[in-house]
Amino acid sequence: MSQNVSRGDFISNLGRIYTYYTGGFFAFVIVLGILEQLGVPNRWIGYGFVFLTIAVYAIIGILSRTSEVGEYYVAGRRVPSFYNGMATGADWMSGASFVGMAGTLFLLGYDGLSFVLGWTGGYVLVAILIAPFLRKFGAYTVPDFFAERYGGNAARMFAVIVLISCSFTYVVAQIYATGLIASRFLDMNFEVAVYAGLVGILLCSMLGGMKAVTWTQVAQYIVLIVAYLTPIIILSTQKYGIPIPELTYGQALQEIASLEKSMVEKGLAAAASLKPHTQPFTTYDPLNYFALILCLMVGTASLPHILMRYFTTPSVRDARSSVAWSLFFIFLLYFSAPAYAAFSKLEVYSLINKATQLADLPQWIYTYGKIGLVKICGADALNVQSVIAACGKIANHAGVLRLQDLSINTDVIVLSTPEIAGMPYVIAGLVAAGGLAAALSTADGLLLAIANALSHDIYYKMVNPNAPTKTRLVVSRILLFFVAVLAAWVASTKPADILSMVAWAFSIAAAGIFPALVLGVWWKRASTLGCLVGMALGYGVCVYYLVGTRYYAVSFYKTWSWLSSATPAAQAKFVELRNAWMAASGPAKEAAWKALDTQAQTVANWWGVRNISAALFGLPVGFLAIWIVSLFTPAPSKTVMDMVDATRRPRGETILRDKDAAVQH
Amino acid sequence: MSGQSGDRYWQRTSALMWTMLGLWIFFSFVVHFFVGALNSIVILGFPLGFYMAAQGSLIAFVVMLFVFARRQDEIDREEGQAEED
Repeated sequence: MSQNVSRGDFISNLGRIYTYYTGGFFAFVIVLGILEQLGVPNRWIGYGFVFLTIAVYAIIGILSRTSEVGEYYVAGRRVPSFYNGMATGADWMSGASFVGMAGTLFLLGYDGLSFVLGWTGGYVLVAILIAPFLRKFGAYTVPDFFAERYGGNAARMFAVIVLISCSFTYVVAQIYATGLIASRFLDMNFEVAVYAGLVGILLCSMLGGMKAVTWTQVAQYIVLIVAYLTPIIILSTQKYGIPIPELTYGQALQEIASLEKSMVEKGLAAAASLKPHTQPFTTYDPLNYFALILCLMVGTASLPHILMRYFTTPSVRDARSSVAWSLFFIFLLYFSAPAYAAFSKLEVYSLINKATQLADLPQWIYTYGKIGLVKICGADALNVQSVIAACGKIANHAGVLRLQDLSINTDVIVLSTPEIAGMPYVIAGLVAAGGLAAALSTADGLLLAIANALSHDIYYKMVNPNAPTKTRLVVSRILLFFVAVLAAWVASTKPADILSMVAWAFSIAAAGIFPALVLGVWWKRASTLGCLVGMALGYGVCVYYLVGTRYYAVSFYKTWSWLSSATPAAQAKFVELRNAWMAASGPAKEAAWKALDTQAQTVANWWGVRNISAALFGLPVGFLAIWIVSLFTPAPSKTVMDMVDATRRPRGETILRDKDAAVQH
Repeated sequence: MSGQSGDRYWQRTSALMWTMLGLWIFFSFVVHFFVGALNSIVILGFPLGFYMAAQGSLIAFVVMLFVFARRQDEIDREEGQAEED
């Protein structure tokens, strides 16, 4: 009981606690800034950021430890909507969003905005179709809803499978991002950074489950948003005298447009390779642009680690306003990303437009060239000699940097901005701390979603329904530990494929979960068999398309060549390479196969849809299957219908009530 | 449970959902079909088509969600389906 009182105090003092926290964080940045001026080496400043911020998250995690099931799974359903919004923001914005999004916009211009739109608009679907109803339902996990609504453990099992397939690769990528940020920008050893991140994640989540993750995510959101906005606010003030980059980058867009013209006129950029920044559909065709937006949005509304955040609010009403706050906090970062891209592009284009001699390139090119992120004339920009040597190999190269000579990794844009603008190192360290906060907070949420599905849905609901509270929590923690270690181990092997598979998570979640989830609330007639068939087919089609076009492209193309959008020239090349492969023998055969497979990946598709948007097929298949099969099978029982009715109305008790939690309150 | 007012509650809730879904379709897709035409209008340096995808639609989503939370709460209260405060 005394614990209840102190918890009440904590909730009512949240505003003060997090204000002190934010003030303390600013003070910490200022102290490091002063230390830097006093001559403390950059490396120590970097370590200071990483270890002190991780230590703070860990302390919050330890202080929030709990032995109550309700606290562990849903933070006692006491999180105010404003703070839940912040926590969701941190949960949502991954290391890649923080570090890579601006770079994607830099490279793709308008077409990259499909990510900005796709990763925000989905919250509208969350609010109007899903979150308030799941909150009323009172589930601990998303599969809980499937089990109650669709007659038991078969549906639960299906939901767990989809949940794990979309969350595991995602969490590996987050831990990988932790290692990458620390190793690239703080010069730490990659494996050491991965395991340091792992310890941070475990300390945050293991003792206190959802409760601890919630309060660390709020703290992480504050760090990441300060880190993201500080450099561009300084930059905008330097350039245009107004500290609102989202407003001033319009001028940068105009300057970019005139530089684009000027570079082509001066022969410093090939007109064919230059993509005008604001011109649509230079990389994606309209079909793929809109398909990607749809898949990312629907995927957002289906990712279990996001949906479960809305289980923690005190009421259905708070769940709705919490979605609004979530999107507001996410919006703060996403509507600033295009400003980053524009400022960086302006900087780079100005450099090229000045017809800079290769000998006079600025220092940042070599800083990032040394770690393989900037290439000039096809080789890493290690130093002046290597750049001149690489460009010397190109015929008729005038020794002046041209646009087509320069290739920049997407991660450089955010991380190099402080340096390009001549800010002190402490700002670069701050940005790295923000990237880490983004990666760690997302990893926390994902791990919890996976471990809860294993411990609550598989162990408690299917294996041992009579397990006492204590055992359930012990099992949860052990599973969390093993999933985290497994994810860190996979990340430490630097699996290239896993990273490209992250984008798949959205399509998998969308096709596997969305139709059954939405119809479960909005269509009473949806039946158990309809749900099972719909989930299996939606998920199946989606995974078939993803895996087929990526790993079995040759046979996929052979089966579906009549649906491929490949040009006759590309098709002819495929046939030619296939003949070459069949004719080849010995070691040449392997090389021929590789060439064939690479070509096949460009032609293996249905109507030209890229595999990242596989849910474009999985979604309609899922919806149709549920609809048709439900109409041919008996309607759900009166009990289920009444339960759906109750789910739709905020008034009254939640539908699921945990027997242990009920005893304890 | 599903008396007269219960049905009306769900009708009003559904109507609000469809309105929001319509707006969502407009700001997610429809407005961006016209990016080419909109780009010829330039405000503060921003071509309008680019601006809608980079900021305009995002602002619309945020505003929509706060309006939705408020409207739905009004419906809950008027139909006697709201939670106790």
